[in-house]
Amino acid sequence: MKAMIPRLTSAVLAAGAVVGTAATANADILFWSTQAAPLEETQAMREQVLSGFNETVDYQATDDRGPWLTRIEAELEAGSGTIGLLGALHGEFVSLSDNLIDMSDIDLGDVTVNPTFQELGKLGTDEQKYLPWMQATYIMAANREALDYLPEGADVNALTYDELIEWARVMAEETGSPKFGFPAGPSGLKHRFFQGYLYPSYTDSAVTKFRSPEAEEAWNKFKELWEYTNPASTGYGFMQEQLLTGDVWVAWDHTARLADAFNQRPDDFVAFPAPAGPTGRGFMPVIAGFAIPETAPDVEAAKELAAYMLRPETQIATLEATNFFPVVEVDLPDDMPDSVRLSGTAIAAMSGADDANPSLLPVGLGENNGKFNQVFNDTFERIVLAGQDVRTVLDEQADVLRDIMEESGASCWAPDEPSEGACPVE
Amino acid sequence: MEQRVLPYLLLLPATLFLCVFFIYPFLLVAWQAFSEGGSFTLEHFQTMAGHWKFSTAFWNTMLLALAVVPVQIALALLMATLVTRMGSGRDLILYIWTIPLGISDLAAGIIWLAIFEQTGFLNSMLAGLGIIEQPITWLSYQNKSTIFLAVVLAEIWRATAIVLVILVAGMGLIPKEYYEAAEVFGAGPWKRFVRITLPMLRPSLQTALILRTILAFEVFAVVMALGGTNLPVLMGETYVWQFDLQDRNVAAAYALVILGISIAFTLVFLRTLRVPREAQP
Amino acid sequence: MTAVTATEAARPAADIRSRGRLVFVTVIVILCVWVLVPIYLLAINAFSSPDQVNAFPKSFVPGFETDNINFFLGFAGVGKALFNSILVAGITMVLSILLGAPAGYALSRFDFHGKDTFRVLVLMTRAFPLPLLALPLAVMFIRTGLDDTAFGLALVHTTLALPFAVLITFSLFSGIPVELEEAAWTLGCTRFQAFYKVVLPLILPGIAASAVFAFVISWNEVFAAAVLTIENRTLTAFLLQSLDVSPLHLKFAGGAVLVAPALIFIFVVRRYLFAMWGIANR
Repeated sequence: MKAMIPRLTSAVLAAGAVVGTAATANADILFWSTQAAPLEETQAMREQVLSGFNETVDYQATDDRGPWLTRIEAELEAGSGTIGLLGALHGEFVSLSDNLIDMSDIDLGDVTVNPTFQELGKLGTDEQKYLPWMQATYIMAANREALDYLPEGADVNALTYDELIEWARVMAEETGSPKFGFPAGPSGLKHRFFQGYLYPSYTDSAVTKFRSPEAEEAWNKFKELWEYTNPASTGYGFMQEQLLTGDVWVAWDHTARLADAFNQRPDDFVAFPAPAGPTGRGFMPVIAGFAIPETAPDVEAAKELAAYMLRPETQIATLEATNFFPVVEVDLPDDMPDSVRLSGTAIAAMSGADDANPSLLPVGLGENNGKFNQVFNDTFERIVLAGQDVRTVLDEQADVLRDIMEESGASCWAPDEPSEGACPVE
Repeated sequence: MEQRVLPYLLLLPATLFLCVFFIYPFLLVAWQAFSEGGSFTLEHFQTMAGHWKFSTAFWNTMLLALAVVPVQIALALLMATLVTRMGSGRDLILYIWTIPLGISDLAAGIIWLAIFEQTGFLNSMLAGLGIIEQPITWLSYQNKSTIFLAVVLAEIWRATAIVLVILVAGMGLIPKEYYEAAEVFGAGPWKRFVRITLPMLRPSLQTALILRTILAFEVFAVVMALGGTNLPVLMGETYVWQFDLQDRNVAAAYALVILGISIAFTLVFLRTLRVPREAQP
Repeated sequence: MTAVTATEAARPAADIRSRGRLVFVTVIVILCVWVLVPIYLLAINAFSSPDQVNAFPKSFVPGFETDNINFFLGFAGVGKALFNSILVAGITMVLSILLGAPAGYALSRFDFHGKDTFRVLVLMTRAFPLPLLALPLAVMFIRTGLDDTAFGLALVHTTLALPFAVLITFSLFSGIPVELEEAAWTLGCTRFQAFYKVVLPLILPGIAASAVFAFVISWNEVFAAAVLTIENRTLTAFLLQSLDVSPLHLKFAGGAVLVAPALIFIFVVRRYLFAMWGIANR
């Protein structure tokens, strides 16, 4: 014990020495991101994308929004920080809007950023709160074996919801187990399906017609599809896993969350557009952006990094690393990974379809962004999982949605018609 | 005089430490549960209790603790008793039994998901033995009792070692003479266990029970891995409100509920398993 | 302990005893299998190719592929993260014992006002979700310069480990008859000497056990580590928080990379963890 005490003391002192050194060694730009979190993508971001920048970038990514949000909120509250550049989805910036630096004065050279996305980056203000970084969308993927069960006359590249249901039914009955999969787990992106795919395809709206008879029909159709959906779907997060294991043959998900299946076995899987309903083929983009918090230690360096990230060659490297597509005008080389080739074709078919019905992302929801998504998740869980009456649930959830819209004062976004003041829930 | 001051002196460092690193941030968070714009309100508790998932999450948490903790205590008692009767190889067996101690709940979730998922090891084994032809979907939302059972198994696997170490340490301190004396009087193994081991083990049992119950109320990662959204628990809802819905006030209210039931159970255990200062006969 | 069976060699009871022995061994084997099988399954997946990981039915023999594990070992910064993890866990261990053991002793030896209050206070740190405390703690750390240091993170982990340290040492001190100490006092020892010469040797293994707890708790903690360290990430924060969204084969390999050091640690310290058996046979 006598010998132990000095040893303990020295250990604690050594720890104290670490405290001293850590504060000084802080020259890198910290890129704090929720995107490209899977380990291979993080690695690729560091080695292939950011290594070309003239300063060292410390790229830290987590898919768990908890630590990401807690850290930036703590820095903002403390009034000083280490994060130089934030990388996140459109929706994740919404609640931080007041503390982001205007990025409109960044010199991008001759790069042309997609104007729609750039406008989204203003988050309903006059300032460029974030700059678009990369984009993706949600598509369908199928195991080639599933194609044998396609209903007569159905074209996989111009599928309707009715055909999808029929397809899922035949597969379930003939193979003995449901083969359609849906990312309804805790980290799954199911709410995007309801907001950007199901609702626009049946109601041409996401907010105003939330409780309309058309919406009722949409939910009933989805319930029908759910009967032939793998019941383990409520645990699924990234559909590439279940596609690869064969638990699921047909799935809807984020392109980046399907990429691993396409890359591992490109010949076994096909990518195709999302289905269409009575009001068109609804689909929705995913926009990731970067922003500079007001506590950034070196704003100029962060701005330079932002400009670097938008250079065409960086954008292509980003595509290879993350499966997110460029947001600037760029010519893609031919030798891209399989996932890019497969999903790129599907995306082109989807956005170029005659009945294409693109949605935009919610703007102006502020702190209510999460609650807005929750309305759709709750509706799903109550109608589909708990089997509650569709009409009753829609009426009740519509009240919640109306409160959210009125509290935030957000006006409608596509496909809903622009509104004066808060977007109404009819 | 020394007798009166000494205990407080001994507690002082720990208390000061906790005040700075726990009580201070805790009070800041707790205040959020009760306030809106700086004034007192119970609104957040009403929002929490009014949400349709609250009571499910509450009862799931309770049921899980109820299903897991007693089994763990019994299992750990069995293991600890076996250990006391072991000759050679005791070190090795004890090491094996304490392995799960080093495994985090996130890692445990990954491991048990690999067992129960549709193409997992359980189905592989059943198919290999020819018992099933089609993989069974164990973790389906239609079958919440299987999900519940899977979580219970995983939790028992993961966290029994904590109880075991505490009990083994406690058993080691029971003087061997008691057992020898009991044997002289012809007491069988069961009687010795009930009359000597259990009473003498009371301080350790109390510790193990309290710690395990509190940790059981915070069950989260394993439930998320195996149950997804099907088995809402209090800790998971806290997380959802804090980070997905970004409503720190309601999240704080949830956290206080977890704290509340933990304190309630702790007090019950402290009273019912009271260890007098002179615990020794 | 073998002495128990050896001394009682009475003939008529031999059959019953050998049958009892069989049950005894069977139960032990079953319990070992129960603990080891999931670990083995993790190892299979960690050492298999992506195709094998996704296959059905799965093989119960590993493919002996080391690609996945190598991915982690070659991951930039793993070594540094490992060092940080050990450093943080080490400081946590020391702090929690220095703070916890005196409190455990006080709880077991004295009756005083506020005893239960203190116990509940200590336990509260485990009963309150850490993710919510992380925000005010991070703000405090950024302001005081503790942010992004191993020491700062260890302070947080100590609040998590302290209840274990206090309660385990409490229950062990309670198990040591106060008469032993009193005897030492009558022989002229001061309270401190009595503690130091009589109680401490008895309790040292128990202290080691709570130190092991502290180490493991710190090793496995992710949330605070992810928020409070940036440049000095711990291994858990470095790997585990993104493991969940990584492809299956990497998920398992990453899990194995995290589990292995903890297993080695427990193996190395197992003698301390259970050395108290020597005392029991005093």
